[in-house]
Amino acid sequence: MFDTLVNWIQHASAVSQMGLIVVGLLLVASLITRGLQLAKPQSDFSELKLRIRSWWYMAGFFFASLIISPHTSLFLFALLSFLALKEYFTMIHTRLEDHRAMFWAFLAIPVQYWWVFTQWKAMILLFIPVYMFLFIPFRLILVGQPKGIIDSMARIQWGLMAFVYCISYLGFITILPATESIPGGGKALLLYLVFLTEMNDVCQYVFGKLFGKRKIVPTISPNKTWEGFLGGFFSTLLLAQALRFLSGFSMEASLAAGAIISASGFIGDVVISAVKRDIGVKDSSTLIPGHGGMLDRVDSLAYTAPLFFHFTNYFFYHQRW
Amino acid sequence: MMLRRIARILFFLAVVKPLLLVVLGLNVFGRQHLPQGQQFILIANHNSHLDTLALMNMFPLTQLHRIHPVAAGDYFLKNRLMAWFSQTFLNILPIARSNFTRETNPLTKMGDVLAQGDSLILFPEGTRGEPEIMAPFQTGIAHLIKKYPNVPVVPVFLKNMGRSLPKGEALLLPLFCDALIGPPCHFTGSKDDILAQIQATMSDLQQSLIGMFEETDRASDNA
Repeated sequence: MFDTLVNWIQHASAVSQMGLIVVGLLLVASLITRGLQLAKPQSDFSELKLRIRSWWYMAGFFFASLIISPHTSLFLFALLSFLALKEYFTMIHTRLEDHRAMFWAFLAIPVQYWWVFTQWKAMILLFIPVYMFLFIPFRLILVGQPKGIIDSMARIQWGLMAFVYCISYLGFITILPATESIPGGGKALLLYLVFLTEMNDVCQYVFGKLFGKRKIVPTISPNKTWEGFLGGFFSTLLLAQALRFLSGFSMEASLAAGAIISASGFIGDVVISAVKRDIGVKDSSTLIPGHGGMLDRVDSLAYTAPLFFHFTNYFFYHQRW
Repeated sequence: MMLRRIARILFFLAVVKPLLLVVLGLNVFGRQHLPQGQQFILIANHNSHLDTLALMNMFPLTQLHRIHPVAAGDYFLKNRLMAWFSQTFLNILPIARSNFTRETNPLTKMGDVLAQGDSLILFPEGTRGEPEIMAPFQTGIAHLIKKYPNVPVVPVFLKNMGRSLPKGEALLLPLFCDALIGPPCHFTGSKDDILAQIQATMSDLQQSLIGMFEETDRASDNA
């Protein structure tokens, strides 16, 4: 019985093995929370419990969509873009005159993911930074209200770039083919990226809570400390090494990937913190219980996904993509 | 009548619920304040056609035929299609906004509904205004409440509906919306007092919504 299980795990694909690792980690996290609650019955761990329960759901949806086919995961990323853009538009100040332009911004989501689906590389890269960038101001001038138009153009385009363009790189990574150096192909690379990005977030948070003293950006995010950042950074480097079976990277390449993911993920996190601080909100919505909103989950991905894609494309696909 | 009731229930199941829950993502807070199986007057700020749908959707489908949103006759009975739609699916009580006689007096018509034991949804600002900016209330409601002092008045504050589907706009923008239900107000003997109660509850609700998402001092970051 045990032997067959071990045998199965050894022969399972890298993606399935990764799935088992994630389930194992979440089980440990759930057991630790339960243990903490038993050890300290007076303390309130409800936020931690909620947060871990949400992790279960997110990991479940993520793996389910990936196992069915790479194309179902495109739907999941499009949904992620939609929810993030919706949360962002709900949160920011907009003028009544921006209504139609914002509507077009939402329509850009299925179009962008259609380019990803059809693998039309030039369009994936150009559609939002060029065509939407030119179109949104055009739609805004049709309303005939110049007061505040620079603000509106910038706000709408920023949301499109961060939550549609950058997040769609997750889909772009998923459709990368398997090669000799990357035997798992896009699916494995996607898992590598998403797991490292999220673990980097979690590790930075945990190290910050445990040892955090010296603040990095006190005016933007008082909880970001050098101790937290470096703890997360080195944890991510180690994890990037440990997961080489997934990506097929060399040791040097996985160190570089880990460093890119950790540093840029941190920046993405701080950028969204700054956006929320500008508006004066702490949680952008109640969408993911315990996590303070969709934006808090996608902020680091918006930074890590494009950088990781171009890194991989440059060194492992010889810029063919 | 029975056919209308079935059509309305189907409309809410097939159109309204998916629209409010999936496209918009409406959060309802304070459900415990909703009157259960009891007559009520529901009062809300009015910024969008979505308001009526969101408010009716808070109640069980089997109760819909006993809830009447008060609506301007000159707008909703403008043509036959609109009249059919709003009467079949929304169950509106059309009232005249001006030039009314003793028979068509809005307060008399609303009173008749309450006398039957049915409930009303009222937008006392009179018309859809700028999003989240409350216009002064029409004082007529105080007369109505005085005549039916035992019917509880439930204030509801709606947020972002007016940004999602503003006045004069045909395209719906998917934004997260909130509905906050306040504790019911009861008539204490004076018309000024009930109006003050409702207005105070409304501004409390509006304030609590601002506080809900605002930064707190602990400012814990979300990893």
